[in-house]
Amino acid sequence: MEDKNNITAFNTGTLALVNRIIKRYPQGRQKSALLPVLHIAQSENNGWLSSEIMDYVATLLDIQPIEVYEVASFYSMFNLQPVGNCVIEVCQTGPCWLKGAEEIIAHYEARLGIKVGETTADGRFTLKTVECLAACGNAPVLQVGTEYHEHLTLQKAGQLLDKWQAENKISHTNPYL
Amino acid sequence: MAKQILLNNIEVPGLAGFEVYRRLGGYSAVEKALKNFTPDQVTEEVKKSGLKGRGGAGFPAGMKWGFIDKKNETRYFVCNYDESEPGTFKDRFLGQMNPHLLIEGMILGSYALGARSSYIYIRGELFYVLKILEKAIDEAYLNGFLGENIKGSGYSLDLYVHPGAGAYICGEETALLESLEGKRGNPRIKPPFPAIVGLYGCPTVVNNVETIAALPWIMNNGGEAYAAIGIGNSKGTKLISACGHINKPGVYEIELGLPVEEFIYSDEYCGGIRNGNKLKAVVAGGSSVPILPAHLILKTAKGEPRLMSYESLAEGGFETGTMLGSGGFIVMDDTTCIVKNLLTFSRFYHHESCGQCSPCREGTGWIEKILTRIENGQGTMKDIDLLVNIARHVEGNTICPLGDAAAWPVASAIRHFREEFEEHVKLQRCPLSK
Ligand SMILES: Cc1cc2nc3c(=O)[nH]c(=O)nc-3n(C[C@H](O)[C@H](O)[C@H](O)COP(=O)(O)O)c2cc1C
Ligand code: SF4
Ligand code: FES
Repeated sequence: MEDKNNITAFNTGTLALVNRIIKRYPQGRQKSALLPVLHIAQSENNGWLSSEIMDYVATLLDIQPIEVYEVASFYSMFNLQPVGNCVIEVCQTGPCWLKGAEEIIAHYEARLGIKVGETTADGRFTLKTVECLAACGNAPVLQVGTEYHEHLTLQKAGQLLDKWQAENKISHTNPYL
Repeated sequence: MAKQILLNNIEVPGLAGFEVYRRLGGYSAVEKALKNFTPDQVTEEVKKSGLKGRGGAGFPAGMKWGFIDKKNETRYFVCNYDESEPGTFKDRFLGQMNPHLLIEGMILGSYALGARSSYIYIRGELFYVLKILEKAIDEAYLNGFLGENIKGSGYSLDLYVHPGAGAYICGEETALLESLEGKRGNPRIKPPFPAIVGLYGCPTVVNNVETIAALPWIMNNGGEAYAAIGIGNSKGTKLISACGHINKPGVYEIELGLPVEEFIYSDEYCGGIRNGNKLKAVVAGGSSVPILPAHLILKTAKGEPRLMSYESLAEGGFETGTMLGSGGFIVMDDTTCIVKNLLTFSRFYHHESCGQCSPCREGTGWIEKILTRIENGQGTMKDIDLLVNIARHVEGNTICPLGDAAAWPVASAIRHFREEFEEHVKLQRCPLSK
């Protein structure tokens, strides 16, 4: 996998955003900002949470590093291992399965030459399955970053991948921006 | 035409913006409440309306508000926008199309409960909806409906949106509060209930998006007018998110009491089963509620037409009935393998168990494992009874209802479709997979 520069601190713009978020919670309750700040941290750190960046978040929120680790490991949107530039998350729950989610997953496995949970050797794509995305009426569905792609067919799924390949898609952008 | 309360105007272009919402009469309920009603009088209207919580449990909203401990000066009102129950996608639709309706409802509820800061907790996957909501909130501040001294009433309110990060369990209200405090989403032991000890230890009410979105109409038209809609104790309208093998999947607002058969087959709603196939089964209220075969979803065991209402769907108990739940209506035609569908649900509950209680943590994993082996043709007849047995031991023995939610689909699938499980065992393969 190609080397990526992981960050160890936020820039001033991001710090201002983080401080605005912290102010939404009562005095002394800055720990409440943990999930939003981890989303931001992950997006700025190539899509995953390293222990360095989690320690930094702990300092920012004035809490213990363990309080960050135990939360980061609980929520499935946080990646504790490096991921590809573009993480494709295909919904696999009942309503999407009823409408052909398995074919979509198999299609991506074949085209990318990886299994669910893996990253391509060039570090560009990670394939994941996720649970119900609250879009079952438009099944099958996948998510890339904050974008939803719905009413998938094999053809549409293939065209999406062509597009992401052509544009060197990066899925981890700051979700607040 | 069905009664429209929540989806009224939903197709008007620009509805998500303040101008259009306001031009269509938006925020008049807040003006009315702040001018002419005390907080307790607002609660009184909600009690009269008979509105039940639309998140799944169906607890009367006004009654829940009545439990709030008003001795404590700091109180919170929190919106549950976690929407993660498989089959449920009504809140996502409503909030993204009409964010100001939710905001107006939040102001009304906050005023009634005496909250000064309120939060909308939205699942992290819906960040794009979070941004729509934040934009609408900014507009509400600019127009004096949020912030200090709203419209000169002396009442002040701040409203914030808070993202989750991928955890179905955070839809359970006490897990949601833990998560909002920046912790793991482990449900709390109740009592104490959130109305006494909630967010940051303060009295708190948590309501679903759809419950809150009904408040402006109730305030504008009166609780009695709302209670005049619907049937029996199922007052008002309900959003049903319909998916699966139907011709017209989507979010529909129905007057409670609509016959299920009409909902499935009429062109106004689901438009019938795809390709003219036969209806096999329905999960009527989100993945957690018992599955029913075609004959029992269309008619009760007594032969009466089944209606879309809390009472009618529950008619017959778990032997022959089900629940309205969240309104996630999943329809399966005769090409569907019931075992495989159940396996996807059980995999989901295993994945989403927070792990605090051993019956849920271990039981959900064990259920998934056994179902996988039956679906793959390696199951035994004993496995089927084992599943029933495990489900029975998980149900009722856990801190939060996720344990029950994991058990009911298993018990009901075997109750109504036992032969299909047995066929998997006999043939040593799935009879329906190609
Ligand atoms: C595992 C689990 C998940 C839940 N998920 C949701 C949810 O996504 N949205 C919701 O409104 N209620 C959900 N609930 C119900 C909430 O605990 C709570 O009853 C509800 O938010 C109260 O609001 P209401 O009375 O307006 O329905 C869930 C409950 C459980 C046990
Ligand atoms: S029932 Fe399951 S999800 Fe609920 S508290 Fe226990 S382990 Fe957690
Ligand atoms: S099951 Fe895929 S979005 Fe609900």
